[in-house]
Amino acid sequence: MTNELDIFVGNTTLIDEDVYRLWLDGYSVSDAVGLRVRSGILEQTGATAGVLQSDTMDHYRTFHMLERLLHTPPKLLHQLVFQIPPSRQALLIERYYAFDEAFVREVLGKKLSKGTKKDLDDISTKTGVTLKSCRRQFDNFKRVFKVVEEMRGSLAGNIQQHFLLSDRLARDYAAVVFFANNRFETGKKKLQYLTFGDLAFCAELMIQNWTPGAVGEQPPDPPPYSQVDDMDVDLDKEFLQDLKELKVLVADKDLLDLHKSLVCTALRGKLSVFPEMEANFKNLSRGLVNIASKLTHTKDVRDLFVDLVEKFIEPCRSDRWPLNDVRLFLNQYSASVHSLDGFRHQALWDRYMVTLRSCLLRMYHD
Amino acid sequence: MPGKLKVKIVAGRHLPVMDRASDLTDAFVEVKFGNMTFKTDVYHKSLNPQWNSEWFKFEVDDEDLQDEPLQITVLDHDTYSANDAIGKVYIDIDPLLYSEAATVISGWFPIYDTIHGIRGEINVVVKVDLFNDLNRFRQSSCGVKFFCTTSIPKCYRAVIIHGFVEELVVNEDPEYQWIDRIRTPRASNEARQRLISLMSGELQRKIGLKVLEMRGNAVVGYLQCFDLEGESGLVVRAIGTACTLDKLSSTAAFLPACNSPSKEMKEIPFNEDPNPNTHSSGPSTPLKNQTYSFSPSKSYSRQSSSSDTDLSLTPKTGMGSGSAGKEGGPFKALLRQQTQSALEQRGGSPHRFCRNREFPFFTLTAFPPGFLVHVGGVVSARSVKLLDRIHNPAFVGIMGNTRSYKLLDWNSFNSDEPETRDAWWAEIRQEIKSHAKALGCHAVVGYSESTSICEEVCILSASGTAAVLNPRFLQDGTVEGCLEQRLSWQPGFFSIGQEENLPAGCGFCHIPYDELNMPFPAHLTYCYSCRKQKVPDVLFTTIDLPTDATVIGKGCLIQARLCRLKKKAQAEANATAISNLLPFMEYEVHTQLMNKLKLKGMNALFGLRIQITVGENMLMGLASATGVYLTALPTPGGIQIAGKTPNDGSYEQHISHMQKKINDTIAKNKELYEINPPEIPEEIIGSPIPEPRQRSRLLRSQSESSDEVIELDLSHGKKDAFVLEIDDTDAMEDVHSLLTDVPPPSGFYSCNTEIMPGINNWTSEIQMFTSVRVSRLSNINLTNQTLNKNFNDLCENLLKSLYFKLRSMIPCCLCHVNFTVSLPEDELIQVTVTAVAITFDKHQAVQTTKTHVEKSLQRAVSVEKASPLTEGHFRQRSAPACANSTVGVVKMTPLSFIPGAKITKYLGIINMFFIRETTSLREEGGVSGFLHAFIAEVFAMVRAHVAALGGNAVVSYIMKQCVFMENPNKNQAQCLINVSGDAVIFVRESELEIISTQQPIASCQPACGGGEIAT
Repeated sequence: MTNELDIFVGNTTLIDEDVYRLWLDGYSVSDAVGLRVRSGILEQTGATAGVLQSDTMDHYRTFHMLERLLHTPPKLLHQLVFQIPPSRQALLIERYYAFDEAFVREVLGKKLSKGTKKDLDDISTKTGVTLKSCRRQFDNFKRVFKVVEEMRGSLAGNIQQHFLLSDRLARDYAAVVFFANNRFETGKKKLQYLTFGDLAFCAELMIQNWTPGAVGEQPPDPPPYSQVDDMDVDLDKEFLQDLKELKVLVADKDLLDLHKSLVCTALRGKLSVFPEMEANFKNLSRGLVNIASKLTHTKDVRDLFVDLVEKFIEPCRSDRWPLNDVRLFLNQYSASVHSLDGFRHQALWDRYMVTLRSCLLRMYHD
Repeated sequence: MPGKLKVKIVAGRHLPVMDRASDLTDAFVEVKFGNMTFKTDVYHKSLNPQWNSEWFKFEVDDEDLQDEPLQITVLDHDTYSANDAIGKVYIDIDPLLYSEAATVISGWFPIYDTIHGIRGEINVVVKVDLFNDLNRFRQSSCGVKFFCTTSIPKCYRAVIIHGFVEELVVNEDPEYQWIDRIRTPRASNEARQRLISLMSGELQRKIGLKVLEMRGNAVVGYLQCFDLEGESGLVVRAIGTACTLDKLSSTAAFLPACNSPSKEMKEIPFNEDPNPNTHSSGPSTPLKNQTYSFSPSKSYSRQSSSSDTDLSLTPKTGMGSGSAGKEGGPFKALLRQQTQSALEQRGGSPHRFCRNREFPFFTLTAFPPGFLVHVGGVVSARSVKLLDRIHNPAFVGIMGNTRSYKLLDWNSFNSDEPETRDAWWAEIRQEIKSHAKALGCHAVVGYSESTSICEEVCILSASGTAAVLNPRFLQDGTVEGCLEQRLSWQPGFFSIGQEENLPAGCGFCHIPYDELNMPFPAHLTYCYSCRKQKVPDVLFTTIDLPTDATVIGKGCLIQARLCRLKKKAQAEANATAISNLLPFMEYEVHTQLMNKLKLKGMNALFGLRIQITVGENMLMGLASATGVYLTALPTPGGIQIAGKTPNDGSYEQHISHMQKKINDTIAKNKELYEINPPEIPEEIIGSPIPEPRQRSRLLRSQSESSDEVIELDLSHGKKDAFVLEIDDTDAMEDVHSLLTDVPPPSGFYSCNTEIMPGINNWTSEIQMFTSVRVSRLSNINLTNQTLNKNFNDLCENLLKSLYFKLRSMIPCCLCHVNFTVSLPEDELIQVTVTAVAITFDKHQAVQTTKTHVEKSLQRAVSVEKASPLTEGHFRQRSAPACANSTVGVVKMTPLSFIPGAKITKYLGIINMFFIRETTSLREEGGVSGFLHAFIAEVFAMVRAHVAALGGNAVVSYIMKQCVFMENPNKNQAQCLINVSGDAVIFVRESELEIISTQQPIASCQPACGGGEIAT
C-alpha cells in the first residue's frame, strides 16, 4: 500500500526550522530524511522513518509554494493563503536571503548577469555548497541587484524596504550589490585571505563616503548629475576625477619630503618599525596616492583591492609591522597633510584617506 | 422592494499578469446580483488597480437576498478579443440580513478561479438596507440566525428549544448536463459553484421559514450537506435545531471577565427562572428508573444501534417498495413489540408526539445544565437505496445565466411520486424515533445524518443518542408525554433531590426503564456515585460529555476500523450485497469499540460517530469516539482470551502470552490515562441484576458470523468477564490489531469531542489543520485481513504523523478529531482528518490532578468551566504572542469556543463551496501539490470572508466534503470542498480583564476570588 497523496495543511502554516535549513541548503527530500534520521530525531520522538519522510515531503512542498512569495517578500506579508505569524515570516525571509561565506567570496565582484550553470557547478564543487543552494543564493543576489540598481536613495535602505531584511543582512546585500556593480576584483589569490566581512566593511565605507549619495548631504538640493548617476551604487565620478589632484603629493618632491619629515618627526620613538617606515615612506605614499589618481580608469577601480594589498599591505606585512604601528602611521600620514601649506585639496584628501585608512586597517591581517 | 444592496469596488492587488507584452493587466470588475450587472471602469496597465467605484445599488426582494450570492468577476479588458476572466468572488450576504450580526462586509477577498486558484485580491464593501416587510405571506425568513455550533452559542441564552428542522432541495448537477460537453471546464465548475450557492441560500431560507412557523428565531447545530449523486442529480439537505435565543446584554457578557463565559451563559437562564426549585434540582435529579440506559454489552449493541439492513430498492419504474416488509427477522419484530410496550407502559401519548413535533430530534451535542436528564444509548439507522434520476422537466432552462429558473424541492414538485429523497429520510428518522422509544426515551440528541454514495447505490445513515430531556426548555407540546411522566415521578424526585442536595453528576447515566422489563439484556449495577439508581456497565453516546459528569483520569480517542470486500455488482444485486454486509460490519465495529474501550480501562464513549463508506468493491467502517471513565459506572472488567484447542501445549502458551500482553496493556493504559477509581466494597454495589431470558435467542438470530458471542453469553454472570475466543486466524488478527494501536507519545492526548475529559487548563495556542491521505491498495488479491491491516495502518500512521508534526506544541491535545473515509476509486482509500491541537499547561495539570487524586474524582464541569479561569495564570505569558501583522490573524477551530478568549459576537454562518480543477497536474506538484494548495486556498478564503465581516475567528468549523478525483494519465485532477462554520469576534481574556477593571463591578470580585481558589 502506497500513499498517493499525503498532505497536512494547518490554519497557521507550520514551519520546521530544521527542515527549512535543509531545504535552503539544497538537499533532496531523501537526503534531508537521511540527515534528520542521523540527527537522532527518531529516537527523541519515537517516530518512524515513514513519518519522517511524509513530514519532510510536506514541509518541502510548503517551502516550494512559499518560494514564489519569498522572491518578493512584501507579498509574503500581504498574501492571504499562508497564515504565518510575523516573527516566522521574518525568519523565513531572513534565512532565505542568508548566504554562505564561501559562496559569496566566489561571486563577489563578478558580473551577476552571468551565473551560468557551469559557473555555479564549479563554485558548487569548489565550495561544497550544493548546486541548488548556489542557484538560490545567486538568484537572490541577482534579484536584489536588479531591483535596487536603478533606485535612488540609500542602498541598504532600499534593500531593506523591498526585501524586508534585517539591518545587518541588508547592509551585506548592499555590499554585494556595490561590489557587483563596480566589479571589484576579489578573486585573486593574494586577496583570498580577505573575508566577506572585510570586504563588506570596505564597501560600506566607500558607499558612505565615495558615492554621490555621500555628498548629497552637503548640498541641500540634489545635484543635477545624480539623475544620471545612481546615488549609492556607483562611485562619485567627479570625486574620482578630483583625486588626480592628489598626485602632487608624490610628484612634487619638496612636498613629498616635507610630508615624510612631518610624519617621521611625529612618530619617532613611537613605532617599533620606525626605521622600516622611514625607509619605505616614499614607496608607500607613492602607492597610496597613485591608487587614488588612477581611479578614473574602470580597470583600476576594479583592481583597487589588489592594488591596496600589493602597494601597501604586502610591504608592511613583509616588514612585520604590528597593526598598531600601521594605525599610528596611517593616522599621522593622513593628518600631516593638513600641515602642508602648498597643498590645497585638504577636503578631498580627507574624503579619500578617512575611508582608505579604515579599509586598510580592516584588511591588515593574515 | 424590501431591500437595497449596495456594493463598492475599491481596489485590487497582486493581480496576475494578463498581457504578456506589457507584463501588466487592464482590469475591470463586473458586479452581479440576480440578473442585474454593473461594471467598473477599466483600470489600465496595473497589477494593483484602484477602481474606487461608485456605489452599485441593487433593489431586490429579501427572498433573493437570501438565496442569491453576490457575484464579483474580475476581468482583463481586451480591445480586440473577448475579455479574459481573471477570477471571481462569491459573497454570501446573509450575515447582513439580521440585525445582530455584521453590518458591513468590507475587506480583501481572494480572487478565485477554478482552474488557476487564487489570483490576487480585491477590496470590496457591501451593505444592505432592509425595509420592514409586513406581508405575512412572504417567502423570506430574514432575521433567523443560523449557527453551526452544536450547543447554545456563548453570548445567547436559550429561552425555548423548539426542536428539529430539516429541508432538502434537489436539482440536476450541471456537470452531468448535455451542455457540459461543449462548455469549458471553467464554465462548468462555475455553474456548479453558483448553483450550489443558490441552492444553499434557498435551503437556508426555507429552514428559516420553518423556524418562524415554530416561533423560533434561530437554528443551532445547523448542518448542511451535499449529495453528489452524479447522473441522478444534486441534493442539498440540512438539519438543525430550532430555538428561541435571547442575546445576553453586553454588560452581562463582559461582567464575568474573571468568571468563565460559558458557565455564566448557562447560569443566567436559571437566575431568571421563576422557580428556583427546578433550578437546583434540575441537573442533579437522579430521576427514577424511567430513564433508559444503553449498556452495549457485546450482544445487545445490535439492538440499540439497530443498523438498518433493510434494503428498499427503487426500481426505475418509480414503484415504491416498502422497506419495512423486507427488514427482518425475529429480532426486528421483537424490537417493535418492545417499542409498543414501552409506549404503553409509559402511558405517554405517541399521537400527540407526532402531531406536535414529528421528530423530537436535537442536533445539539452539548446542553444547558439541567436540559439533559437521562441518556439512553446510541440509536442509529441505515438504509441502502438505489439512486434514480431525479427527473424533472422544469429544469430545461437551467443553464441560462439568468434567474429565470427556479429551484424546486422534490416533495413539492413530485408529490405524487412515493419514492423521494425526502421520503427516504423520513423513513430513517421514523426508525430512529422508534428506536429511541424502545430505549425508553422521548428524544434523540446529538443527532446527525450522512450519506455514502458509490455509483447508483447510496447508504443513508442517521444516528443520535436517545435521551430524556427536561421539558422546561422545550416548547410545551414537544414533551408533553414526558411532562406527564415527570408528574407521576414527582414524589421520588423531590425526596431524592432534597436528600442529596448535591448534584451527583451521575443522573444522566441512570437507566430509565423498569429493570424487570428490560428491552434488551444488560449488566446493571447500582450507580457508583449515588448508590441509589441502576446504571449500565457501559454507556455509548453521540454527544459531548455533559458538563456535570464526573470522570476519573483523562479520556482518549478510540477508533474501530473495518473493511469488507464486496463483489462488484450492478444495481439491485449490488444494493442487496451491501445490505447483507451492513449488519456484520456494524456488529464488528461495535465489538472492536468494546474491546478497545476495555483495553483502555474505560467505561463510556462520547461523541461516537460510525461512518460506513461504500466503494466499488468494498465497504469501510470507521467509528470514532472518546473513551472516558465515568465514576458513576462500574469498573470495566478485563478481557479474557479463550483458546479453542486446549490440548495443544504450545498453543496454550501462546494464548497465555497474549493474555499477559492484554493485561499489561490495560494496566499501562490505566496508568497513562490516570484511571485510578477508588476501591468500593463489593457488597455496596450488590450483585449484578439477572438478565432476561431472551438474550440467547436474540443473539442467535443475528450472529451467524461470530461464535464468540455465545461464549460471551455464557460468561455473563461474572462481572469480570469479557471473553475473546480465538478460534481461527480471524480472531487472532482481531486480538493482534487490538494491540497494535499505539498510544500517542507522552504529552499528547486526543479526543473527538469538544473538550478532553480530564484536562482543564488550556492555554491559548491553537492549531487547526486538515490532513488528507490517499492510499493505493497494491494487492490484487485482497483479503479482508490485508485490507483491514492496510486500513488500520493508514489511520495509525496518519495519527502518528500528526503527533510528530505537532510535537512542538506538547503538552497538547488533539480535540474534535474528525476522520472521514471515502473510496474514490477501486483501489484508492482516502482518509481526511480535521482537528485542532490545543496546548495546555502541564504544570497546572500536575497540581489539579493531585488535588483530584485526593478526592478521587474530577468534575467534568471544571474541564470546560475552569479553563478560562485558569487562563488567568498564564495570560500574561501568552498575550504578547499575538503581535500585529499586516494581515489580521483569523483563528479557525472545529470547537465552539476559543481557549483563553471570550466570544463577544456571532457574525453569521460561513458556508462555502469550491471546485478546483487542473489540467496540468504534474506542473502543480502532482496530486499532493494540487490538493495542498487548494486546501490552503480554501482556508484563505474562509479567513478573508470572516475578516471582511469584522471577525477574527471561525468556530465550529467543519470540512463537510472533500471529494478528490484524479486522472494522472490525462494530467488532470478535480476537487470539491465544502466547509462551514460560525464567524465570530472574540476577545482575549487578558483584554477583557482590562475592560472589567476599567469599570469595576463589585459583584464580580467575590466570584472571581472564588474561582481562583477553586482552580
